[in-house]
Amino acid sequence: MNKELLKRVFLPMVVLVLIIQVWIGIATTIEDFPTPGDTYVAAFGGVNSEGDEIIGVLSDPFYIENQDDKGLYWQVIESLKRVFAGFSLAILIGVPFGLMLGMSKTAQYAFDPFIQIFKPISPLAWLPLLLYIFQDINMTAISTIFVTSIWPIIINTALGVKSVSEDYMNVAKVLRFTPLEKILNIILPVSVPFIFTGMRLSLGIAWLVIVAAEMLTGGIGIGFWIWDEYNNLNYHNIIIGIILVGLIGYLLDLAMGMMANHFDYTKKGRA
Amino acid sequence: MSEKFLSLEGVEKRFPIAGKDDYVAVTDVDLEIKENEIISIIGHSGCGKSTLLNMISGLDAQSEGAIILENKHIDGPGPERAVVFQNHSLLPWLTVYNNIEMAVKKVMPELDSKELRERVEKFISMVNLEHARDKLPDEISGGMKQRVGIARALSIKPKVLLMDEPFGALDSLTRANLQEHLMRIQQNVKNTVVIITHDIDEAVLLSDRVIMMTNGPDATIGEILEVNLDRPRNRVELQHDPEYIRCREAILSFLYEKFAKDDE
Repeated sequence: MNKELLKRVFLPMVVLVLIIQVWIGIATTIEDFPTPGDTYVAAFGGVNSEGDEIIGVLSDPFYIENQDDKGLYWQVIESLKRVFAGFSLAILIGVPFGLMLGMSKTAQYAFDPFIQIFKPISPLAWLPLLLYIFQDINMTAISTIFVTSIWPIIINTALGVKSVSEDYMNVAKVLRFTPLEKILNIILPVSVPFIFTGMRLSLGIAWLVIVAAEMLTGGIGIGFWIWDEYNNLNYHNIIIGIILVGLIGYLLDLAMGMMANHFDYTKKGRA
Repeated sequence: MSEKFLSLEGVEKRFPIAGKDDYVAVTDVDLEIKENEIISIIGHSGCGKSTLLNMISGLDAQSEGAIILENKHIDGPGPERAVVFQNHSLLPWLTVYNNIEMAVKKVMPELDSKELRERVEKFISMVNLEHARDKLPDEISGGMKQRVGIARALSIKPKVLLMDEPFGALDSLTRANLQEHLMRIQQNVKNTVVIITHDIDEAVLLSDRVIMMTNGPDATIGEILEVNLDRPRNRVELQHDPEYIRCREAILSFLYEKFAKDDE
């Protein structure tokens, strides 16, 4: 094993040990706070520190007891479905809108102030309004994700369009490209890396939002599950939920990053 | 073959400056360019030579006067006036082949796929780049990129080839190599070419006439020099040719005695 790889494996291990030490510290200070050991048992099953035999929440994530009691897998899948619905909607509307903003100064002047105002609004502020509009858990969660994750897509797409060099546009002018040909042949290829940066930020936001949204809307989903476990006094499961949310978020980001590289012309031919 | 192929009549370009009088970059330019003629426009930087070219290409509109190509007023850019840009302007996500193909496809939509491929390949081989056919612009040298730029411009069968300091960004050996390419292509396929340059040797070597611009603002044509040298021209032999020396000296004296610029 080379030195670089050793560092990449060894150093995170050191930090992990530190984190667990801090965790143990907190667990001994706060009454009833789950210890790392008990949390592990709660996740994967075994015998906990009080001598109880426990089936872990991750040992059988696929179970369906009834409509209101489903395994973690189903909770996560529900959340992911909502995330992708809201995220896809954000791409579908955000990319064309961003293209328009980037190409037209008029559109930019008209919309920019509102984008700046809407962008920093917390999903939790939108939620009551959207819940009132839709009166439906799924629609509320999806529309909350849409309305909070569309901004980075719009802004980055517009930025991508603006980064198209004058030289390329001159080529388009000499060849007398129609506006559509300009978009397809020149603007999109230049903007794609920017659009993907926007999408990556957007997906990150969407995943952040879903947990909060589901806590308030209830029903099913990883966010709701965490809140439900709080109400059931299953503090171990809250920590399991948090770690799970983090891991899935990381995987989503990794997948987006790989896709972004695939479509980025600046990273082709050099690999 | 009409004598009046491309003509500039009383062309002027002003740029508005906020709160002040307009900046007059070039004014009063009258020029007639014959079909298949190669002309160079030479002058110090800031003499508006690129502005002039941009007006012929239509990328910039003239403020006064008319530019007429084959009895038609020029109004906006178009493929019959192909441009070779100084920085080649190849699309970096397309291969050499695809860069040329995109242009041919757009300008000659009537070609079927076989004719299209043949045409693209013909122009790739015209600049001897068969080996780089499937390379991306970032994978080839600056000189090769510029050759692709020339091939792309010629592939759309322009009436006029406009070159804006086409070899300015290249080292002198590469530049010489590209000049040879250009002369060889011109021997085989006649084109009307307008070259913007600040290189005296390049101007004399390549052109039938050299247009010398006075300094800006209010730049205009100072002198026009006929280069009476037979083609094909050989740069080494020309070094001692009296006509070559005469042309060189005429341009030198124009640029450094009559219209010297101190601030460079």
